[in-house]
Formats: sequence, structure tokens, C-alpha cells
Amino acid sequence: MNPILAVYSKELIDLLRDRRTIISMIVIPMVVMPMMMLGFGGMSARLVNNALSQVPEVMLLGAAKSPKIRAALEAEKRMKIVPGAADYATRISDKRLRAAVEVPDDFDDQLAAENSVALVKIFHYEGEIRSGFAADAAERFFRDYRDRTLANRISARGLPPDFARPITTRRENVAPPEKVAGSVIGGILPYIIILLCFTGAMYPALDLTAGEKERGTMETILSSPVRRGQLVAGKFLVVLTISLSTALCSVLSMTFFYLLSKGALGFAMKGRVDLGNLRIAPESVVAVFALLLPVAILFTAVLLAVGTFARSFKEAQSYAGPMVILVILPAVAALLPGVDLTWKLALVPILNVSLASKEIFSGQYSWSLLAIIFASTCVYAAIACGLVTRMFNREAVLFRA
Amino acid sequence: MIEAHGLTKIFGDGLKSVVAVEGVSFRVEAGEVYGLLGANGAGKTTTMRMLATMLRPTAGSASIAGADVAREPERARAALGFLSTATALYGRLTAFEMVRYFGRLHGLADAAIESGAAEIFRRLEMNEFRDRRCDKLSTGQKQKVSIARTLIHDPPVMIFDEPTLGLDVMAARTIVEFVRECRSRGKAVIYSTHIMSEAEKLCDRLGVIHAGRLLAEGTPKTLRATHAPAGDLEDAFVAIVESHRLLAS
Repeated sequence: MNPILAVYSKELIDLLRDRRTIISMIVIPMVVMPMMMLGFGGMSARLVNNALSQVPEVMLLGAAKSPKIRAALEAEKRMKIVPGAADYATRISDKRLRAAVEVPDDFDDQLAAENSVALVKIFHYEGEIRSGFAADAAERFFRDYRDRTLANRISARGLPPDFARPITTRRENVAPPEKVAGSVIGGILPYIIILLCFTGAMYPALDLTAGEKERGTMETILSSPVRRGQLVAGKFLVVLTISLSTALCSVLSMTFFYLLSKGALGFAMKGRVDLGNLRIAPESVVAVFALLLPVAILFTAVLLAVGTFARSFKEAQSYAGPMVILVILPAVAALLPGVDLTWKLALVPILNVSLASKEIFSGQYSWSLLAIIFASTCVYAAIACGLVTRMFNREAVLFRA
Repeated sequence: MIEAHGLTKIFGDGLKSVVAVEGVSFRVEAGEVYGLLGANGAGKTTTMRMLATMLRPTAGSASIAGADVAREPERARAALGFLSTATALYGRLTAFEMVRYFGRLHGLADAAIESGAAEIFRRLEMNEFRDRRCDKLSTGQKQKVSIARTLIHDPPVMIFDEPTLGLDVMAARTIVEFVRECRSRGKAVIYSTHIMSEAEKLCDRLGVIHAGRLLAEGTPKTLRATHAPAGDLEDAFVAIVESHRLLAS
């Protein structure tokens, strides 16, 4: 048997008998991740719906000599007006009150005079979703009240209703709905796959290097006639297999969960993108996986290098753990608005693949940029592979005590 | 079979360098057990690792069954079986899988591994735990698997680096019996230890190593007669090391 194949088959059997591999390769991507996403989506939806269904309490400050606005506010069904109190800011901060509106005492007179602008202040808790809903409700009320006042003024002067509205605009989406959905999926899916490729490779890579040193089997294997390069190749292929299997398991499970509950993939997209229109071309999937392959190779080689360098599994984990952030940041950066694929960004590992995936799924991409991404990632992966082989030939690294 | 000429190993470079082994030369013939006797940190493991091609000599040369350890490391490793307390087993593999893996790494066909392993397992009485995972085995059973692992390709050279360190009497006895069997089968054996009684019982010739240097060489009887006529091997060992210290100071 070819020594690389012998190392590969042994390491695969060894890893698949380890509960931790099964958990990181199958349980996390196939069960935990979709459950978390669906669970989080469902929970968010419930919380937001609850907040929306509640009529918020809004405190009225001022309006002492303005019975009209006071009556209109009290008649408003989208808010429950509570009497004013001096500690309104404390109450909002303590989340005992959603929002407060400060209306000038002579608000009614100001409106009747028609020669001044009445300023209404809305106090709320920035970043607190329920306070935000209350402020929105107050803002909507005063906007409607302003429109009604304006309409009365126009009507009193015998002018046409649209007199104060000479221009109106309307947005219309010309992008095919499936491409809008593809763009969103293209941003999120590679992010999840990249993350799982990394986490999937992490445990086996560290186990086959630092773990081997720790268990004392490194010296055993080094006494066999297998070449160091063959040993690295065998280990490398096993870690890559598990990394890609983890990614594949995650895609399969997400597809399954998506089909199971169409549109529930991410609550964040709900209402903005109709995922029911999602049509992914098979060639898009192939292109994305072609780009992800060198990324998985890069992760595998980098993690093997980290594991080989470390004295123990624990030390290797302390190096590899923070690297997750290095993987997440570029993947998340691709989701930001305005970050588009350029020649320079095509050279930034991970970010380039995330951006390209977004473009591939939305149906608009440049083959030359894809070629640059593939080539540059292959170069980085080759450098990392070279580094691992070099480390396996360094006595100081292999026999670090 | 095993030859070392001026074997030297220096770790690190510049001011931080440490001379672990310096100018060690010896020769081990087929059917001979050569003991490398030295205290902890004397340079035994470094010498053994150079012979097993895990470490590259800084100077000097060594060959295993005619293969130079620096120029033909794979050929040298193919001709040796290496066993030490640091050569652990893969816990998630069974005893047979462990042996088969090393057979495959030595380029043996699966049929040859099957028949070779059957013979070794019978001889070492290992069939009872043949398909049990290595992490479930007792220390003695693990030692047997390690022995089977080194024997599967029937190497002409065996290197033992303190193989009984930390073992109980029964497990250590298995190793000692195995070393004797290797000699009777005509293998060249190098055996490092700091246990005098073990060295005296097992080794045909001994090399006393201290501070990386080979200070004396001879049969246990010659060493005793030359360095401690009234004492035992331990007295001879101490006398050799002390005389070196006096000369060095």
C-alpha cells in the first residue's frame, strides 16, 4: 500500500473513532448550527412580534394650554398616553417607560397662527427595540397630524389637495427576485461554510500533530520508514477530507432545513427578501465550492502548522482558538454594504471568496477576478503546505519539550 | 550491522548551543547486544535518536545495516526496529490494526502482514487481545503490541532506548526476554539503560556514556575487572565517571 494511503486510512479510522470528531464534523454542522439559526430566528421573531403587539406607554409632557393635541393624542390607539412626570428620563433609562413626547404648551395656538414651526421632542432609549417602536409610533402620529393640518390649510384656501406635494417618488426593483435572494444567500452561506471548514479542520489538525506529540506516538511514527513529506501528505488529506465533509454536511443540513421551513433560514432577511424565490444554479454551487477548496486547503495547512509547532494539544488550542476571529472578520466584512470585489480585494484571503460567492449567487461575476481569487488562494495554501512540511523536518519543532 | 563514527550532536547555535553527544564511536555486530550505559542526560537518547534517523548528526556518521543515517534515512529506518518508553501506541487502533499499520508503512503486502502478524501474535500470546483497542490494554499487553510493531518487518537491527523505564517487573521481563530472543535470531541490538543489573544480565558488550562522551567500552566482566576489581558493575560505572570528572577538572 502506498505510504500516503496507509497514513490516510489509519488517520481517518483513528479520527472517526473519536467522539470529538463526530461531534465537530456531523453533530455541530448538521444539528446544532441549523437548530441555532432556526431557534434564534424563531426567538427573534417572537420577541419582535410581542414588542409590536403591545401598545406602548408614552408620557405626554407640556401641552398645558393645548387641549386639541392632548385630545388627539389620548384618542390615538397606537399609544397609551400617561400623565407627565419630572423623572421621565430616568423612567425611560430604567425601561419603566417606553418614550415621552414634549409638546409646547401653546402648541394649538402655534398651529392656528400659521406663522411658526412647532417643535415636538420625542425622548427614547437609543438601541432599545421597544423604546424605538414607541418613538416610531409617536413620530407617525405627529406626521399624520401634520399632514391633516396641512390638508386643512390647503382646503381653507381653496387650493388643490396636492398643492404642497408637487413631486412624489416611488422605488421599483428591477433585479429578478431570485437574484436578490441569491445575493443574500451568497453572502451568508459562504460565511457559514468558511467558518465550518475552519472549525471542522481545527480538531483533527491539532489532534494529528500536537495530540500525537502529547500522546508520544510522534516518535513511534518517525521511527518508521515513511518519509516526512508522505506523513504530512497523509495527515493533510485526512484533515482536508474532514474539513470538506463538515462543510458538505452543513450545506446538506441547511438545504434540508430550508426546504423544511422555506423562508425561515434567517429572520433578518424576513420581509426584505423573498427566499421563496431562491433559485440557485448548479454551476454557481460548483463555482463556490471550487473557490472554497483552496480555502479549506489553506485552513488545513495553517492548522497543521500550528499543531506541529505547539508542544501540547492545549497549547495548540490556545493558538488556534483566536484564529477563528481572523476567519470570521473577513467573512463578515463581505456582508457589509459597499464592500465589493475589486482586483485588490481579490488578493485578500477569505474576504475574496466571501465576496465572490455573493457575486456568483447573484449572477453577476467576472471570470478573471474568480481566476485571481482561485490562483492567489492556491498560492497561500501552497505556502502554508510548504511551511508544514518544513516544520515536520525541523528537529527543534518535532522534539520540543 | 550498526556503526557509529565520531557521532556528535549539538543543539542550538551560537552562545546557547548545547553539546549533547560528542565523538561517540562504536560497532555492533549481528547477534550481539550492545548496551549504552549512562545516567539521565548522559546523551543516550540523543545517540539512539541519531541512529534511528530522528535527529541529524551535527558531525560524524552512522550506518544501520549498511545504510547511512544521514544520506539514506528511509533505508536505515527500514532496517531497524525502534522501541522506547516514548514510543507509545495509537489508543484508538486495535492491537492488530497497530501492527498492520506499521507493516504497511514498511511496504509489506496485506497478505504478508496477516501471516507475519499471526506468527508474532501466537509467539507473544497476543491473540486474546488482538482486536481490542490499545487504550484498553494493560501495560504488559501494550508492551507486547509495541514489540509486535517493531517485529512485523523482521528488521536485522533493533534499537531499545530505556524500554523498561517505568514498567512493572512482569512487563519489564517481557522486554528482557524479547531482547534475548532478538540476539538468538541474529539481530544486532543496541540497548540503552541506566539500570546496572539489566545491563549486566543482557548485554554482551557495554559502552559507558557520560556528558555526551563514550568513556569506556568492553564486556561487563572486563569493565568490572579494569575499573572496580573488588566491586560490581555499578562500582565500575561510578569509577569510570569519577575518573573522567577528575581529568576534566
